[in-house]
Amino acid sequence: MKRSSRLRRVALCLLLLFFLFSSYASAQTDTQSLSDSTVNGRPWWYWPLLLFIVSFLIGIVAVLGGIGGGSLFVCVVASFFPFHLDFIRATGLFMALASSLSAGPSLLRFDLASLRLAMPLALVGSIASTIGAMIGLALPTNVVRISLGVAIMGVSIFMLTAKKSRKPDVEHLDKLSAALRIRGVYRDRGSGERVTWRVHKTPQGLLFFIFVGMIGGMFGMGGGWASVPTINLVMGAPLKISVATSSFLLSITDAAAAWVYLNNGAIIPMILVPSIVGIMLGGAVGARLLRVARPTIVRWIVIGILAFSGLRIFLQGLGL
Amino acid sequence: MSVASHQEPEVVVYRRVQRWSVYLGLALLLVTFIIYVSGLMKPYIAPTELDEFWSLSVHEYIETAEIETGWGWLSMLRYADFLNFVGVAFLASVPIICYIAIIPVLLRDRKTIYAVLAVLEVIVLAVAASGILGVV
Repeated sequence: MKRSSRLRRVALCLLLLFFLFSSYASAQTDTQSLSDSTVNGRPWWYWPLLLFIVSFLIGIVAVLGGIGGGSLFVCVVASFFPFHLDFIRATGLFMALASSLSAGPSLLRFDLASLRLAMPLALVGSIASTIGAMIGLALPTNVVRISLGVAIMGVSIFMLTAKKSRKPDVEHLDKLSAALRIRGVYRDRGSGERVTWRVHKTPQGLLFFIFVGMIGGMFGMGGGWASVPTINLVMGAPLKISVATSSFLLSITDAAAAWVYLNNGAIIPMILVPSIVGIMLGGAVGARLLRVARPTIVRWIVIGILAFSGLRIFLQGLGL
Repeated sequence: MSVASHQEPEVVVYRRVQRWSVYLGLALLLVTFIIYVSGLMKPYIAPTELDEFWSLSVHEYIETAEIETGWGWLSMLRYADFLNFVGVAFLASVPIICYIAIIPVLLRDRKTIYAVLAVLEVIVLAVAASGILGVV
């Protein structure tokens, strides 16, 4: 545990150093060739720097609001930044991928994320997200904007109404979960008790993951908002296992879609890297603030931001 | 919270491989980006010209900027902006690396169903990564 937190601290310092260095480098470049380094009256680094700041804030809010940063990033940046939706969706996927990859080892280490539970769901999800990404890149921009607006407004309503079950009852196993022996034990940090869990309705869960993967691939949104309720409410895994397994397996489903965007040229490093660094630093700060903040209020703010941005993107898609 | 003491071998292998791969991927991403913004290498598209491209759709972007799709970025690694793709592609490859690492462990422990699932996942991710799918 000590080793892991020390490594995390080193990674955090590296990220901070990187930001300071790149800001300095940007300023130097700007000073050296002032005549051609301004675009439309703004220095070239204006949007990447603003993107970094916004991603940093999204990282904080996402942790406090209990959602993945990908959805929030896509809707905020698509609403207020001049980048095309194709690049925003690709960046959103890579942000979700990086966050999920970073969290994965710790979640597996403490038996909160289950590899047995994740593997079948991730397989279905990654096939669906690959197809979703291909469809998303093929559709006209206004159609994607309208669909994305509707999807984001749907997510905000879903977040408003979705229920959670800390320890759902699973009385009868289905044949698939019995054959795959999807079950586990974890130690609850609050009570100290060992919690044994298993799942049911695996085929239904797999069907839901087709939807999760498709939406994730099409719109570049992580998909935690849909995968957590699927594992928790449909399959009956405890909430902690659902959140951790969802967070872990999104690295697999998002990687498939991310490759499609990468292969189609939808990566601009000046958009991608500041966003990833920003959200990871913000996530680290958010995790510290979690001890003193009031997550319920933040969650309401997140839902408000999602609903407003979703409506804005929808109207942009209609050309209004 | 205590670390699980009786974890299955494939879980231990997966998380260890993932942890070090992520560190390597993020380090690659940071180093190549520093090279890019510091001007140590010439970029294909100057940062000052980026705003002419980032508002275009990806189809217009690759056509206007004459960028190769698929693995074409490998032939453009002499440019600082494309050097960033090394870190980006490596991060996207991490799940493939992790799955490949656990396949021998699953086979050794005769967890055939999971070994099959792992092989299928590697195939799906490899097909997505290959660039042969294109766009619908």
